Amino acid sequence: MRVLAAMSGGVDSAVAAARAADAGYDVTGVHLALSRNPQTYRSGARGCCTLEDARDARRAADVIGIPFYVWDLAERFHEDVVDDFVAEYAAGRTPNPCVRCNEKIKFAAVLDRALALGFDAVVTGHHARRDAHGRLRRSADPGKDQSYVLAVLTADQLAHSIFPLGDSTKAQVRAEAAARGLAVADKPDSHDICFIADGDTRGWLRSRLGEQPGDIVDGATGEVLGRHAGAYGYTVGQRKGLGLDRPAPDGKPRYVLSITPVSNTVTVGPAAALEVTTVYGDRPLWTGPSPVSVDVQLRAHGSVVPAQVTVSDGRLVAELARPVRGVAAGQAIVGYQPDPDGDIVLGSATISHATSLAGVA
Amino acid sequence: MTYLDHAATTPILPEALEAYLAASGAVGNASSLHAAGRHARRRVEEAREQVAAALRARPSEVIFTAGGTESDNLAVKGVFWARRAADPARIRVVAGSVEHHAVLDAVGWLESHEGATVSWLPVDEVGRIAPDALAEVLDDDVALVTAMSANNEVGTVQPVAELAALAAARGVPYHADAVQAVGQLPVDFAGSGVAALTVSGHKLGGPVGVGALLLGRDIPCTPLLHGGGQERDVRSGTLDVPGIVAFATAVEISVKAQEAFACRVGALRDELIDRVRAAAPDAVLNGDPRDRLPGNAHFSFPGCEGDALLLLLDAAGIACSTGSACSAGVAQPSHVLLAMGADEDRARSSLRFTLGHTSTQADIDALVAALPGAIERARRAGLTKSTRR
Repeated sequence: MRVLAAMSGGVDSAVAAARAADAGYDVTGVHLALSRNPQTYRSGARGCCTLEDARDARRAADVIGIPFYVWDLAERFHEDVVDDFVAEYAAGRTPNPCVRCNEKIKFAAVLDRALALGFDAVVTGHHARRDAHGRLRRSADPGKDQSYVLAVLTADQLAHSIFPLGDSTKAQVRAEAAARGLAVADKPDSHDICFIADGDTRGWLRSRLGEQPGDIVDGATGEVLGRHAGAYGYTVGQRKGLGLDRPAPDGKPRYVLSITPVSNTVTVGPAAALEVTTVYGDRPLWTGPSPVSVDVQLRAHGSVVPAQVTVSDGRLVAELARPVRGVAAGQAIVGYQPDPDGDIVLGSATISHATSLAGVA
Repeated sequence: MTYLDHAATTPILPEALEAYLAASGAVGNASSLHAAGRHARRRVEEAREQVAAALRARPSEVIFTAGGTESDNLAVKGVFWARRAADPARIRVVAGSVEHHAVLDAVGWLESHEGATVSWLPVDEVGRIAPDALAEVLDDDVALVTAMSANNEVGTVQPVAELAALAAARGVPYHADAVQAVGQLPVDFAGSGVAALTVSGHKLGGPVGVGALLLGRDIPCTPLLHGGGQERDVRSGTLDVPGIVAFATAVEISVKAQEAFACRVGALRDELIDRVRAAAPDAVLNGDPRDRLPGNAHFSFPGCEGDALLLLLDAAGIACSTGSACSAGVAQPSHVLLAMGADEDRARSSLRFTLGHTSTQADIDALVAALPGAIERARRAGLTKSTRR
């Protein structure tokens, strides 16, 4: 079986490729060049898009002893991930670019090309499992589990995906990398957003969307409490960086409750007003029954909450068993069926909005 | 392995390797005055005479360098600086638009950092410069003309003698990058009228990291490397005796064998072209169909990406090239093909096969056996339009 290993230059994808080779697959390594201008992306050890990362990936492929190429997906990445990221923020939502990248790049553009070129599957270093029935499950390492960002994959995409790291912890992966002589064994984990070099998402968005001053208003009274330089700089549930000089009457902190692009308004209020009990999702991809009682996860690395999920007419509705704070439109809602061998992903959707019993949050 | 990438680098000739190993066992800096130094110096000077004789230059016109890129940079920047220093009005560089990046980017650097103005010489659909185009732009403000002897990607041979004669008539030095030409085409430095000529070792069976710039005695050239004053004070640095000796051996052998090489490898190349066309009837041969390097075959395969074909042929044990690469390994559409009027699709669908002294008919057999399957898959991958839109 010929497989294509996507190699970011990090430790996970290097070990994944090595394990695939050990398992007897005919492995070819590919590094995805995603930046139009590699120097502008996160540099050094943290990202996956720099020349250094390409070199790290190449060196890992050399050590493993597999062919290696660089595929230029910068245009696709820019259109499908970066532009989408900007548009989503402009629309008042909080996108997850890793979900989008998996959905549009790694398991779409790359997989399609691989299949056409005669490969049978794509191997990645994601911490997740695909079981014998082709179902996606959480990783054995709950802290590193990435099933949330893979839940957008269709059954067909999953059928052509191999995740060799799913049964391992990150510590095991690092130890194995060192034992294999892979220089990336100690390379720090990548986090944040690879195309925002300095991690300043708000500043990066400002450079693309420009200053768009508007009001910060009190959700209860409608009173204007302050000004903002662009509603895109805020996320539902955000507490820090509101820049309000007047404390709330009760002295408690204020949070972003909602963002309204039409009026360019950021609405704030107390933590209690963040609580939602019903979450609505668009573009559901659901393999489980409906309605069904499951655990749902509402953000990457978030905790789960039991919910009654109904999927019908291209829409997902989740009635949460208890109120949850800080649910942001644009994030994914992922349903899990608890299981001792790794919770099973039943499906996902993109959160469109959420409501509480008390009214629209 | 089927090695069809001799334009990238050639297997070292056994004689060159032997010369290298023999020379590398001896101690001695060629600039030292003692016996060991004199011995090293003698080796270098014998090599210089060998290279000069093979390329019809005077020994004093041979400047040893670390290879083609250095020679190109030295000629382009060095001659520009010296000519401008002699007359500040000389700020124009005339350059071929299908040059290797060692020339292209050196010229570009002069433009962006040294205030040079550049006239890029256009090429026709086979990649050839029309001498009239040079005649049109030659003027008193021209510091130098640089245009290659033969193209490294599509193999087209340039009318160097005509171009050099036009430049000489205006008193303008002409530099020819002859990296691909030496050993494949007759090269006559004295007879060609060029002022400077780049040669590289590893393209003709010598070691990597050594080459020469043939530089006419009366051509002013400002050094890139300052130091001990070696090589006419134009190129400082301790002389690489084993590299130079092996390089000279390879130059001598490949030039002596040039006619036979052109005959044998040219026939093999013609067979490759015929059989590739039979296997892939819609393949487009790029470059001049007749007046091209004997080892070069360069095609566009409509609907395929060169990258995909390369990967698939590599998996089948066949080494070839898309003809252009950058540091990240991401192929850009070839500036050579774009200059020839090809659209981006045709440029991206191209693949170069280059034969050399070790090539045999078995190499062609292997290629045509693997090619149809590779084309079919690459075409399917091309339809997904996965890497671009």
